[in-house]
Amino acid sequence: MDTEALMKILAELRPDVDFEENKELVDSGELDSFDIVSLVGELCDAYDIEIGADDIVPENFNSVEAICALITRLQED
Amino acid sequence: MIRNILEYLEQTAVRLPEKTAFSTGEDRISFAELETAAKKIGSYLLRFGGRNQPVVVLTEKTPISVAAFLGCVYSGNFYTPIDAAMPKERALSILRTLSPQAVLTDEKSRKRAEALGYEGKMTALEDILTGGIDEDALAEIRRCSIDTDPLYALFTSGSTGVPKGVVVSHQSVINLTEWYTEAFDITEKEIIGNQAPFYFDSSVKDIYAVLKTGAQMEIIPKMLFSFPVKLLEYLEEKQINYIDWVPSALCIVADTGALEGRKPQYLKKIMFCGEAMPTKQYLVWREKYPDALFANIYGPTETTVDCTYYIIDREIAPDESIPIGYGCRNTDVFILNGDRLAAEGESGELCVRGRCLALGYYNNPEKTAEAFIQNPLNPHYPEKIYKTGDIAKYNERGEIVFLARKDSQIKHMGHRIELGEIETAVHSIDFIQNGVCLYDEKTQRIVLFYCGDGTQADILKRLRDKVPKYMFPNVIRQMEKLPMTLNGKIDRLALKEYYDRDNGK
Repeated sequence: MDTEALMKILAELRPDVDFEENKELVDSGELDSFDIVSLVGELCDAYDIEIGADDIVPENFNSVEAICALITRLQED
Repeated sequence: MIRNILEYLEQTAVRLPEKTAFSTGEDRISFAELETAAKKIGSYLLRFGGRNQPVVVLTEKTPISVAAFLGCVYSGNFYTPIDAAMPKERALSILRTLSPQAVLTDEKSRKRAEALGYEGKMTALEDILTGGIDEDALAEIRRCSIDTDPLYALFTSGSTGVPKGVVVSHQSVINLTEWYTEAFDITEKEIIGNQAPFYFDSSVKDIYAVLKTGAQMEIIPKMLFSFPVKLLEYLEEKQINYIDWVPSALCIVADTGALEGRKPQYLKKIMFCGEAMPTKQYLVWREKYPDALFANIYGPTETTVDCTYYIIDREIAPDESIPIGYGCRNTDVFILNGDRLAAEGESGELCVRGRCLALGYYNNPEKTAEAFIQNPLNPHYPEKIYKTGDIAKYNERGEIVFLARKDSQIKHMGHRIELGEIETAVHSIDFIQNGVCLYDEKTQRIVLFYCGDGTQADILKRLRDKVPKYMFPNVIRQMEKLPMTLNGKIDRLALKEYYDRDNGK
């Protein structure tokens, strides 16, 4: 999938965070609940997917790769 | 009559010595262990010789940090919690305001504490806990203690950019705890799922309800509040039956639909405080828990956590806002319009009198005099009231309804924030000429308009050291110039209109 568009969404959400390097976005405390909720909303709109409560778990948001994998999986569903 | 909150701890430690008082994950402390640890910390602090002096507790949110708070009280002093994750400048501002006689920290927070560059002495709790207890000296301090002595100072956002330390006495917290535990029938059977950070005054209810009744507090890891399913599984696993959370935490659960597939079965009492609970999300919870006790609780830090409450015992219409209800026991709440009582249905400033009033702001007589004033309805003898700065009115049922903030103070993610504090921080960035913040209530976003160089990323990177994350603007707009009013002030109203137009409202 197109990671460039995703990186743009992330950069707008938290321009101060290094999304390329940080692989523990949640576990390091870098993303808080406000960020996660905003991000879920943005991703649903941008990729026309539904992210249900069961998919809102730390493993799916710890890195750009994990977020990509989540989007790809939901698009295939 | 109880004079000192340590009596709660000591009585419960005799009654239920082995019962768990505070826990998080695998880490737990019983009432007897809590008393011993607090006495050791109190005995250690005696060497500083202070009385009614501030002690800062800079730790992670752990059971032992509660022992540290109580240790400060054993030594005849009062405590201020600082979160290890607080931004540097805010923590330093608090330390400057207090000049504490001691700073207690734990191994985990030590690095962060040292990174502050604070020059005073810091002691690790782990070292103190290997020491002994001086029972005689602690007893002597208790003999002299009175219930108007300060118990804690918690800091709220200040409009000048300097946070204000609200000093609260034992009698106010006793007043709160006696009412609260009775009104919500809290007993040793309760397992309280704590969300509020210890530097946030809502946690005061959780902590002292535990000490008085022998209930257990389960400190919920902060990270779980981003992940509703995990959070609900945690409530189930820990058999939590009582929560008193900031509405945004309850809203995330409701908005993600996490309650659709599961329902933590032990939950019986659901409270919210710190900001207005939106009716839509309340109704989602209510539908899932038709028999639970729901209560909306309201109060500024200056009135010791709560001054009004509303047990929701009637249908709330989807377009109705949940009332803040009635004054708490032994607390008088009234609405002033100028110097007279507001008429029915008329809006005015919510004012409070009673034992719940804080002693004032630490080292800040000017702000204290502005907020704690002589009761304008009583010219006959000295009587203080607190002006909340909140606009409210009575509805047709005689319930108090919150309408708005009087000034530029907002409630965002449960935090009370002066937009001026964010603006002050923005102005201190060298490449910024001017900046103004607005709050978009609808989408709950802090909006910053600025003139100057730099990108959004540059601004946020600089703000990281200055203000907490929850004060970060969520929308940042660069402007050629900011609109001005005739007398040369920034025209906030025009900016608001511009923003609304831009967002198609």
